[in-house]
Amino acid sequence: MATQSMTRSASGEVRRVIVVGGGLAGLMTVIKLCEAGVPVDLFSLVPVKRSHSVCAQGGINASVNTKGEGDSPQVHLEETVYGGDFLANQPPVKGMADAAPGIVFMLDRMGVPFNRTSEGLLDFRRFGGTLFHRTAFAGATTGQQLLYALDEQVRRYESIGVEDERGIHIPGEKMVRKREWWDFLGIVRDDTSGRCVGIVAQDLKTMEIRSFAGDAVALATGGCGIVFGRSTNSVINTGTASSAVYQQGACYANGEFIQVHPTAIPGADKLRLISESVRGEGGRIWVPKDPKERRKGKDVPEDARDYFLEAKYPGYGNLVPRDIASRELFLKCFHEKRGIFNTRSAKNENEVYLDVTHLPEEMLRKKLAGVLEIYEKFIGDDPYHNPMKVFPAVHYSMGGLWVDFERAANGSLVNGSARNQATNIEGLYACGECEYQFHGANRLGANSLLSCIYGGMECGPAMVTYRKGMARSSYDVPKRTFELAEKRERDAYERILEMDGDENPYRLHEELAQTMLIHCTIERHNPVLDTVLAKVEEIDDRSKRVGVTDTATGRMNQGAQFVRHLKNMIVLARVIAQGARNRDESRGAHFKPEIPNRDDANWLRTTLAFHRPGERDAAVEYVRGFDYAIAGKSIHITDAVDISLVKPRVRKYETAGAASTNATEGHTP
Amino acid sequence: MSERRVRLKVRRQDGLDLPKSKRWEEFVVDWQPQMNVISVLMEIRKNPVTASGAKTTPVVWESVCLEEVCGSCTMIVNGKVRQACTAMVDALAPNGETITLEPMTKFPLVRDLVVDRSRMFESLQRVKAWIQLDGSHELGPGPRQSQENQEEAYPLSRCMTCGCCLEACPQINDRSDFIGAAAINQVRLFNLHPSGKMHAGERLDAIMGDGGIEDCGKAQNCAAVCPKEIPLVDSIADVGRQATKRMLFGWLLK
Repeated sequence: MATQSMTRSASGEVRRVIVVGGGLAGLMTVIKLCEAGVPVDLFSLVPVKRSHSVCAQGGINASVNTKGEGDSPQVHLEETVYGGDFLANQPPVKGMADAAPGIVFMLDRMGVPFNRTSEGLLDFRRFGGTLFHRTAFAGATTGQQLLYALDEQVRRYESIGVEDERGIHIPGEKMVRKREWWDFLGIVRDDTSGRCVGIVAQDLKTMEIRSFAGDAVALATGGCGIVFGRSTNSVINTGTASSAVYQQGACYANGEFIQVHPTAIPGADKLRLISESVRGEGGRIWVPKDPKERRKGKDVPEDARDYFLEAKYPGYGNLVPRDIASRELFLKCFHEKRGIFNTRSAKNENEVYLDVTHLPEEMLRKKLAGVLEIYEKFIGDDPYHNPMKVFPAVHYSMGGLWVDFERAANGSLVNGSARNQATNIEGLYACGECEYQFHGANRLGANSLLSCIYGGMECGPAMVTYRKGMARSSYDVPKRTFELAEKRERDAYERILEMDGDENPYRLHEELAQTMLIHCTIERHNPVLDTVLAKVEEIDDRSKRVGVTDTATGRMNQGAQFVRHLKNMIVLARVIAQGARNRDESRGAHFKPEIPNRDDANWLRTTLAFHRPGERDAAVEYVRGFDYAIAGKSIHITDAVDISLVKPRVRKYETAGAASTNATEGHTP
Repeated sequence: MSERRVRLKVRRQDGLDLPKSKRWEEFVVDWQPQMNVISVLMEIRKNPVTASGAKTTPVVWESVCLEEVCGSCTMIVNGKVRQACTAMVDALAPNGETITLEPMTKFPLVRDLVVDRSRMFESLQRVKAWIQLDGSHELGPGPRQSQENQEEAYPLSRCMTCGCCLEACPQINDRSDFIGAAAINQVRLFNLHPSGKMHAGERLDAIMGDGGIEDCGKAQNCAAVCPKEIPLVDSIADVGRQATKRMLFGWLLK
């Protein structure tokens, strides 16, 4: 075979790769690809500046150790793995912790307005699961600021032309071609090799369905919190893209691990996050000692308050990891009925106080204004002078698409290996919250922005390597393959438009979400999970009798789009609930009161799920291992967790420094 | 309690090419605690029927984060341009008054309450609202910056590209191609940054021609409607001074 051009296909088309998702992970992937000279088609459900990364508030972790506490990437690695209850493969976590200082410096160079020390250095604050000041932040809208910084760099690439091998500009071609307001429908697989060679997507302004070729495809499509209905997630986080590729054969890992954030505020449309950084800066959680306390929060004297997290976990106090904090709040409110007493309803509400009123207002305004403003605007109360009322809410999915990594001799990753961030479908990559890799059974705060950017930093170079090794460009795959994929999706969409049953898709979603929220989050009981699974099946059946609320063609039709997302959410709900049912232990965010301990002998393993469509019903098959092909090699994967760097031990947040004893030899800051 | 209702009147249109489909539709839904305008729209789509009982399609609108940080859900609520997510029902209609929703008028309509704000992103490209990064590889920390500098930059960088300032600006109309306050504010932001400064001139050139900063009519509506209270009037004045300096003395630098 003649040596093929890296810039043009045999038929003369410019060879691009595809990135789906314009949040931090997707944008970082794009930047890395562009720097390597690979042109990108970037698809996003919404204008990229509106991606869910924008919601992250508190900050991004990096062990820069500017406070003289003896922090290091080694400590960061240990605390992340420990906080995740040892379910994460450790080499990617090491890679991430080692890369973190460089990532924060890069963001600084991009112009992120991080808060500063008096010397003009980056300031760092505390976050959950650590005693170190490790979290860089830009007020309390860090995610927004990071997203904008990467968006700006990608916009720059939108104006830069593509060059061929000889450095000659290809007319009309830009390094980045953005397609915003496009919904991902599925990948295109080569009939013979099974490789992912492109995608099918729908333009949400015209509802046109089209296929696109790409030498490789990366999904950076975020989490699936909307499966649980009202959560801290943006309304676009339905997990539809992960679900679609899962149904096309991608493995889904650790789906049952869903993070519930301890501090959110209620709303009729969503539950809004009150960042962990509020506690990082000294905010305290409490309930009145007297369950029938009638005074307002600010009027309850010190000795009548129960700072229950500080009392039970003196080592980490209000900054215990989220899984623990959420369980304690749940215990106080649901089991002990000691939530804040509401004089109007004459009952104890499911709320506790999050209090910053003892902290200097000037500091709060500089470091937390963005999040306190949310409380002010949506609750209509002044958090600077009245303790806030908060309760847990679904926040993050630790689980997601399974991705590979290649371990280096030093315990980290082989940089640029085509295996990094690769799913089990050759040519399909994933990074960001839609994949499972970094957080084990429970994510530490301020590690998500980091894992998104680090994932993108690995994903881009991996795709570059993969592309170099390709025998045949995706652009040279027969057009028929793309036409068939396009037709499949068009037919599916046509069928949705014809649905005229009696079920309203939004109501059906509400039912699904209620079941998942009440029975499949903080506490899980096997008999109840059986009813959840039955309910999912029932909703799946009823979803076939949906009446589409909008039949408009040729123009924006959110009603029909939602039916598709609903179907995909049902599939993920099954993966999550069945995974939870199977895992008979308690680990991180997955907690079964009847089986309260971790069981490493039987369950120190990754949940690996595959979609098995049956005659009538779809089923999940959980496997202990599988083989997948990449770059001409077959690789055997098992569910064993790589624990080569930090040996598993029981978590003890009661004791200061327990999360970092190996790396610090017992010294705490 | 359960008898309390929320009344909504929505300006609808199926598409820019279908002016005849322009209409008002009224809806009534049950009141719930902590309702905002978006949650009312969410209720309507669960049972898309107008107040008079006629079947209709769910209202089409744009929203993402619902906590006023993504910039998506800008619309005209009771005649005022703002984010719909922070438009709380109890504040707008304490006695069950009808709340009206209309799409922004300064951008091409897509459908119902959705408009196309692409021009705002194109403006960001025009003013080169970015740092000319050498690369994403490790090059050590960025330049040191004073707390004072950070405190000036941070509020400017909270712009969500939501479009309120353009909608409220009298200079944005069919007869003018004024770039608007949002992009000018970005010029100030990047010209303030130690590395961004190195390319300050290019950004100023971009807003010194047609549709640039001189087209500002100083109505100051932009700052009044900005949901993030960005000092847009100050930004326009600041960039205006920079532009004047460049116009007067720029030739010396060439």
